[in-house]
Amino acid sequence: MADANRGRIAIVGTGITNRWEAPGRTAFDQAQEAALLALEDAGLTTRDVDGLFCSLSASGTPVLNVAERLGLTLRHADGTMVGGSSFVFHLRSALGALSAGLCDVALVTYGSNQRSAGGKLVAMPDPQPYELPYRPLYPISSYALAAARHMHEHGTTREQLASIAVAARDWARMNPAAMERGPLGIDDVLASRVVSDPLTKLDCCLVTDGGGALVLTRADRAKDHAAPVYLLGVGSAVSHRQIAAMPDLTTTAAAQSGREAYRMAGLGPGEIDHVMLYDAFTICTLMFLEDLGFCTKGEGGAFAASGAIAPGGSLPVNTNGGGLSCNHPGMYGIFTVIEAAEQLRGRCGARQVPGAEVALAHANGGVLSSQATAILGAPSTI
Amino acid sequence: MTDDPQITDPRFDGPGPDATWHAGLARGIVAIQRCGGCGAHQAPPSLLCRACGAPAPGFVDASGKATVYSATTIRRRDGAYNVSIVELAEGPRLMSRVEGDPEAVRIGMALTARIVEEDGIPVLVFDPAPAGGAA
Repeated sequence: MADANRGRIAIVGTGITNRWEAPGRTAFDQAQEAALLALEDAGLTTRDVDGLFCSLSASGTPVLNVAERLGLTLRHADGTMVGGSSFVFHLRSALGALSAGLCDVALVTYGSNQRSAGGKLVAMPDPQPYELPYRPLYPISSYALAAARHMHEHGTTREQLASIAVAARDWARMNPAAMERGPLGIDDVLASRVVSDPLTKLDCCLVTDGGGALVLTRADRAKDHAAPVYLLGVGSAVSHRQIAAMPDLTTTAAAQSGREAYRMAGLGPGEIDHVMLYDAFTICTLMFLEDLGFCTKGEGGAFAASGAIAPGGSLPVNTNGGGLSCNHPGMYGIFTVIEAAEQLRGRCGARQVPGAEVALAHANGGVLSSQATAILGAPSTI
Repeated sequence: MTDDPQITDPRFDGPGPDATWHAGLARGIVAIQRCGGCGAHQAPPSLLCRACGAPAPGFVDASGKATVYSATTIRRRDGAYNVSIVELAEGPRLMSRVEGDPEAVRIGMALTARIVEEDGIPVLVFDPAPAGGAA
């Protein structure tokens, strides 16, 4: 029997500012613009919103700031902050809140001006005294340690990691809204500056501004909207804060969040048409391919290098260009959901995955610390 | 007042676990916790055993023997340095630094703990163990 939560709520609007370099705009400007675009897409207004789910790096009280600026009257709010995966955690919370009648229209929104504000990834103040004396670069050194261990255990190579950056770029070249659209080859990635072995500058995501938003309702109301996308399954997992506390550096908690999402959806990795994996670094895509069951553990490098995830491959992954080539305002997770929804709505132009009915959006937070997986379905899957 | 057994739970009296760790380093000791209930070792310390949930695990001196679990070389304009995750012989893993040439650090390499002072603060680092030493 199908899980009662399968298809219970739906995304009825998406908003994306596509302003990846926007001096003179605050994080809140970006979050508000995305929210308005998502509400217009849903055929709703700010008057209709009674649940707000919001997280951003610019404020410790994002719900208060965003609700004030948008003039919202809320019955329900959730500011869960677990890094860049927060918005997929919000989807799971929204499933509970909408289903329980705690709210009727849920707005999930995010904005950042980190590129214009300083050009560096802006992390929340969260000092780690057991790491600080050793001067790791945050967050890249944590991911580098995971990559080094993966190479040690499974023979993963820098060339295989580089192929992930190249696949993302090849997708970005088909997305007019992507920030980086120039040609990129394996040799370019290998020749770029090593920042924290084994990761080079081109193994790293972009540093951009940007905003994204989603509007969700219960499925009974979703039918009134133009292009609903149903939440078939969603799982979340919290593993650690500091990288040294990660139980196994080569297996992420995506294995847990994915298992829950697949169970709720009643689907397996072989039934997914389109995949979005939060690629803060090339090693992320590789490990999430393994942990979400698209290939076996240790085979992620060979799978990616085979061309499987690139345009024309067997598994379309990160079709917007990903955090590596499209945008990365600091907490990228919401954009994995937006691209997945837009693919299921058939709105993706040259990069459209033909006939996509089921998409998986996976988001990561902290230093592989929090993981959340959403499986979305077109109306045909309900 | 705050240690009044009528008001506070005596199991948690005294310095907190982080303070005990730092006080140990200041005395030249790597103080890790060993749970009296399940026997698990842990570091960094906590108010409870993360393995079994038992409260207030006690401290023991670590052997100082460890191996490299993973390593990265951070390359900056002013030079390169190592950041590693080391696995203590007792089991817990910690972020630390292996001293010497960062290019020579290998996963699995045997290490010996050493406490150095940096900016007036004791810091736990590791040296490659002499051949036939820690494993």
